Amino acid sequence: MEFNKDSLRLDARAVAESLFETILRQTRGILKKSGAVVGISGGIDSSVVAALCARALGPEKVLGVMMPEKDSAGESKELAEKLANKFGFETVVENISAGLAGMGCYRRRDEAIRQVFPEYDDSYACKITMPTNILEKNTYNVFTLTIEKDGKSQSKRMPLGAYLQVVAASNLKQRLRMTTLYYQAEKRNWAVAGTGNKDEHMQGFFVKYGDGGTDLKPIAHLYKIQVYQLAEYLGIPDEIIKRIPTTDTYSAEVTQEEFFFGLDFYNMDMLWYALEHNVPPAKAAEVLNLSEEQVRRGYANIERKVKATEYLRMPPLEIESS
Amino acid sequence: MATVQQSDVRKKLKDFITETFLVGSDVESISDSDSFMEKEIIDSTGVLELTSYLEEEFGITVEDNELTPDNLDSVDKLVNFIQGKTG
Repeated sequence: MEFNKDSLRLDARAVAESLFETILRQTRGILKKSGAVVGISGGIDSSVVAALCARALGPEKVLGVMMPEKDSAGESKELAEKLANKFGFETVVENISAGLAGMGCYRRRDEAIRQVFPEYDDSYACKITMPTNILEKNTYNVFTLTIEKDGKSQSKRMPLGAYLQVVAASNLKQRLRMTTLYYQAEKRNWAVAGTGNKDEHMQGFFVKYGDGGTDLKPIAHLYKIQVYQLAEYLGIPDEIIKRIPTTDTYSAEVTQEEFFFGLDFYNMDMLWYALEHNVPPAKAAEVLNLSEEQVRRGYANIERKVKATEYLRMPPLEIESS
Repeated sequence: MATVQQSDVRKKLKDFITETFLVGSDVESISDSDSFMEKEIIDSTGVLELTSYLEEEFGITVEDNELTPDNLDSVDKLVNFIQGKTG
């Protein structure tokens, strides 16, 4: 097959029209719900999903739920409100900080951080990141913990116990957001629309039964760079399109590239498309202006992430009755 | 490192990997040169578990820049790595 720089170019209009029909059919026809609730963060993915739902179901049948907490970026709420004003759907703000504190989210996370940095307290910001040189060398996808204060940062690899506890505590945020969305959805007899794109869904950049716990996933088949194309077509506000995708999970600013993907979205999506379509490394290298070795490392990294996170996409394992 | 100690290290490693990461397989089913990544035996979380084991069992420190498949991705590579740190 032909592989070139435009291989991921969409007919955005046709894709959008198809998604309007699909969302309507899934929500009303299959789920028997008359509307959709979307968690909106001011980010590109939730904005596209909310806009798609508003166009598919009617803006009066969509609720945008903003769920800030202690570590959320300040501009998230403002951008989400701008989106809602443009597409005409209602919003509600559910601050989940108290709920998270009650569940011990911050306490448990900080306790784990102090196993690595005993001096860590509320005066610091923190984040965890993965290697971002995945094309340059064969690396493991192992997280590094960074704490920041007064313009200075310190980074260390986390021992296993601390790493697992930081992640488990932080995942409470996505799980409490899921709970909150279902409250808002069920009181209206509406569905919860997920906002994960293909990169997130298939490489496991989501929390099982957290942001992964939804009734429909309108963009989980779209590469990130395709989501941007849809955003342009739908008329998502420029400030949202230009915003660098972040995790909005940790108190220190961390991009999605630093936190998980290790690669810019264009190269990652193109490499992944090439991998899925059996494009020889030499051809991919030529198109992407990379070396063959870099392409092989990119392919290997994506394959490892997909394989390692299969369990996140599995439904509960059941035992068949004989 | 003397040959006897090397074989002892090798056995300890294979026992740990079998007990921790393998189900329904015995030690002999994985060859010493098999890549853990290619055989999908150990993922990134497993690498942290393996690293903790190496540090506790053999009294070594695995530095960040040593946490690479070149050092840790097979029994043979692990034996060489441990020999380099303790030899």
